[in-house]
Amino acid sequence: MTSLLTVTAAVPALGAVATAAVPAARRTAAKWLALAFSLATLGLAGVQLAQFDPHAAGPFQLTESHAWIKDFGVRYELGVDGIAVVLIALTAVLVPFVVLAGWHDADPLETHSKRWRPTQGFFALILMVEAMVVIAFEATDVFLFYIFFEAMLIPMYFLIGGFGDRAGERTEEEAAAQRSYAAVKFLLYNLAGGLIMLAAVVGLYAVTAHQLGTGTFSLQEILQARAAGRLHFATVTERALFLGFFFAFAVKAPLWPVHTWLPNAMTESTAPVAVLITAVVDKVGTFAMLRFCLQLFPEASKWATPVILVLSLISILYGALLAVGQRDIKRLIAYASISHFGFIILGIFAMTTQGQGGATLYMVNHGISTAALMLIAGFLISRRGSRLIADYGGVQKVAPVLAGTFLVAGLATLSLPGLAPFVSEFLVLVGTFSRHPVIGGVATLGIVLAALYVLVLYQRTMTGPVREPVRGMPDLRVRELAVVAPLIALLLFLGVYPKPLTRMIDPAVAHTMAQVDRTDPKPPVQANDVEAAK
Amino acid sequence: MSHPASVQAVHAAQTVHSLWTSVAAEAPRKIPGPHIEYAQLSPTLIVLGAAVLGVLVEAFLPRRARHISQVVLAVVGLAASFAAVVALAADGYATDKAHIAAMGALAVDGPALFLQGVIILVSLVAVFTFAERRLDPAAHGRPVDSFVAEGAAVPGGDAERRAVKAGLTTTEVFPVLLFAVAGMLVFPAANDLLTLFVALEVFSLPLYVLCGLARRQRLLSQEAAVKYFLLGAFSSAFLLFGIALLYGYAGTVTYAGIAEVVGGTTPTVDPALASTMGNDVLLLTGGAMVLMGLLFKVGAVPFHMWTPDVYQGAPTPVTGFMAAATKVAAFGALLRLLYVVLPGMRWDWRPVMWGVAIVTMLIGAVVAVTQTDVKRLLAYSSIAHAGFILAGVIAVTPDGVSSVLFYLAAYSFVTLGAFAVVTLVRDAGGEATHLSKWAGLGRRSPLVAAVFAVFLLAFAGIPLTSGFAGKFAVFKAAAQGGAAPLVVVGVLASAIAAFFYIRVIVLMFFSEPKAEGPTVAVPSPLTSTAIAIGVAVTVVLGVAPQYFLDLAGQAGTFVR
Repeated sequence: MTSLLTVTAAVPALGAVATAAVPAARRTAAKWLALAFSLATLGLAGVQLAQFDPHAAGPFQLTESHAWIKDFGVRYELGVDGIAVVLIALTAVLVPFVVLAGWHDADPLETHSKRWRPTQGFFALILMVEAMVVIAFEATDVFLFYIFFEAMLIPMYFLIGGFGDRAGERTEEEAAAQRSYAAVKFLLYNLAGGLIMLAAVVGLYAVTAHQLGTGTFSLQEILQARAAGRLHFATVTERALFLGFFFAFAVKAPLWPVHTWLPNAMTESTAPVAVLITAVVDKVGTFAMLRFCLQLFPEASKWATPVILVLSLISILYGALLAVGQRDIKRLIAYASISHFGFIILGIFAMTTQGQGGATLYMVNHGISTAALMLIAGFLISRRGSRLIADYGGVQKVAPVLAGTFLVAGLATLSLPGLAPFVSEFLVLVGTFSRHPVIGGVATLGIVLAALYVLVLYQRTMTGPVREPVRGMPDLRVRELAVVAPLIALLLFLGVYPKPLTRMIDPAVAHTMAQVDRTDPKPPVQANDVEAAK
Repeated sequence: MSHPASVQAVHAAQTVHSLWTSVAAEAPRKIPGPHIEYAQLSPTLIVLGAAVLGVLVEAFLPRRARHISQVVLAVVGLAASFAAVVALAADGYATDKAHIAAMGALAVDGPALFLQGVIILVSLVAVFTFAERRLDPAAHGRPVDSFVAEGAAVPGGDAERRAVKAGLTTTEVFPVLLFAVAGMLVFPAANDLLTLFVALEVFSLPLYVLCGLARRQRLLSQEAAVKYFLLGAFSSAFLLFGIALLYGYAGTVTYAGIAEVVGGTTPTVDPALASTMGNDVLLLTGGAMVLMGLLFKVGAVPFHMWTPDVYQGAPTPVTGFMAAATKVAAFGALLRLLYVVLPGMRWDWRPVMWGVAIVTMLIGAVVAVTQTDVKRLLAYSSIAHAGFILAGVIAVTPDGVSSVLFYLAAYSFVTLGAFAVVTLVRDAGGEATHLSKWAGLGRRSPLVAAVFAVFLLAFAGIPLTSGFAGKFAVFKAAAQGGAAPLVVVGVLASAIAAFFYIRVIVLMFFSEPKAEGPTVAVPSPLTSTAIAIGVAVTVVLGVAPQYFLDLAGQAGTFVR
């Protein structure tokens, strides 16, 4: 099939339309429809994985190319490399769980009018986000990518602002006000980032139009032209364009100091939507750094590396420290995510094979582990109706399965060996250490802090005497188990055997490294080793 | 700018022309009739004809039959006029047959035909919103529209009560609208300064009248009309004074003639003007004054003061028409002036226009943030958009022209649609334009709120809407024309502007509806059609703009 990539993005989009069209009274049908479409997307992502050949020549596979807006030099160009195909698979895996976990999150209240159809809207928006994320991963035309990078903000915004926890002692008005604050903050941060990127996108067009005769946004065309010496960025221009792109991706990722929208957005939205934000949408930001920042602007990337490494180091430590101090479970997970995004960006800009391969693997593993942790936390919160850690205690005695899976997900978050995130975190640290030993050394502090915030969270909520409100709390139901069990299984499997992923990722990383014109540093050779060799 | 001293000397030796001497000296002769290419002027002539017929309808048809015949007449007239534009363009007048018609008064070329086409389509959609009679509750058993029962009656007076009771409606608005359209069709095609001025007055006067004809809140409406009239008259005076100075500079009012003098290639010097011709002071002051007159119509800072008041006070269908069509016409005239008359002065006007564009973008966006009335909000947003369009105007490349043409087409339909939605949200006092009343609209009328959200997202320039394609086109042209700082200011202003568009969306979807909030009136197919056209154009120009970009690209060359 030559249009596999288009179909993979079109199926969830169609699903969104179909789900939105379900009449108000048939909302259970809307849920099943959404689940069916997300599973169909998963199937298509599987076909992509099967058809993808990691060892094939050329950067992109399954490519499609059609003329679109000639005047802007825009083509409808899709293609995947090993990194994209793995991240599309991650998206496709997570969305069915998001749908399943959010099964009852958008049921209408008694007070709502009959024509208001929140359930249909909720699931349609989730599928819409999936479609846009998938096409952003697939786009090899900068402009096409930009369009969906920006457009996905709109459904995401309605998901955050329109649907929230009914938890807490707040009144419905207060909750709505805080939700809409979080949604607006999310949108304004990302829109500002995106608009600054727009200036850089326009600049990129001006440069290519000036030097190549016709402006183009095709990644492949630009890279080929540069390799052939037909395209050359002036230093100042390249740096300005790099900053424009990087700013947008840093907001999306998010990187300290433009991270502050994430805790609000994740706390105020429902757990499945929080997963969608941090495990799916944010990955577009880190992915785009690898695909666009490094490949389009290699010199500027190297120029900016020191600053970015320091910023990601701050992200790691700052996120972890704030996570330790949180009283709200979801906020804690949000800050933990900021710390983890610091690791991912650190790995990308370490400019080593291990670092970038580890960072890509980290994106996948962080997606799975955070999804598991957040969704279980969401189940817990929906039982007690509070997000505060202090309101829990002794859960493991009344709901042992919930507590047990929460522990496994937590241990994955702190990168316990044997669980998937360990492999990637290790690779990132090794990759960083071989080029920047000091930064790599300091970054390991993040692991120590991670152990602290995860274990303290578990201890305070799950262990100890059974608190009064927790008594009688039901354990995980079948639907919830169906969400949690596969995620835990994936964490265990990828922790022991990450090869299927690394096999896909490594050639793509090697290609990126070649574009940035970087080779791995040689291991330091000790004098006595040389002696011994003789 | 300068002419050789020898030429001056030659002319100084001749007798000075004057009205008295020349007439007496020559034998009476036959005055040749002007050569007019009626076919090429047909778009304007058809609209004018329909307007005149409309006046006759007012005079001779019985009151009951007037509304329907006026609507049909206006629609048929505009459709025929559009067909004429298409026929001319298909005949090649937009490209290789482009030339100057009517003894040098009007240009028939790509930009003119493109803009005329846009203006006619916009007006056609506006006629639908003008004709809407289902929104206001019927007065004394008769359906009424947005317009006052009797314009001459004093608000709240006996005459007004009688007029309302008699069920009068102001069907004159349709011919008045058509006259305005005719002026707008001439405005971007005007090829000499006097035609420009006449066209300006022809479309402004009907607009002043239309602004004062709101059925509800008549005092506000009349205040808007007076303000618009006074400030408009002021700007017309500036324009006229500028024209006089430019005539003194160039000895002619035709664009080509002035351009020749600016370029220093003028063949003859009018002896009567020998002392002023080529005087740069006249050129600069005159040019600046003419620009001021045009920037006023465009609504650029610092000539934007009228915009919010007039937009708020005018009947909403009129506001929509005015915001969309006037902008198209005025930017068309501005483009022609800058590209045909003053290209030789580029170094003089560019810095000024840079400044105007930057302040316009920033002030429009920043002040909009504080607005609490949806019509005022859209007014300030239109100011910010004028700034974005100016960024494309400044590019001074064929790309710049076509990007502006495309932006105007995209923007005008979004504007028209947005104001059409505003007419639907009503409470007991008529339209509920205060933003607080829009809270929770998305809960009560999801479809109307969603449609308005689409328009707002297009204003904000979110991808996959026409607003984004337009914005990208002008920024691209500006960046290529060496105005990269304008692009940066543009995106900053867009970020600020996004804030208030989003705020309205938040209000509509995330706020709880108020108990005594407004209701959404169910419109007749007329307004529904207008809104549907707005949405369709917004989405089509956003997703598949290439065909229209091609069209604008082909239309990007001015005839000189």
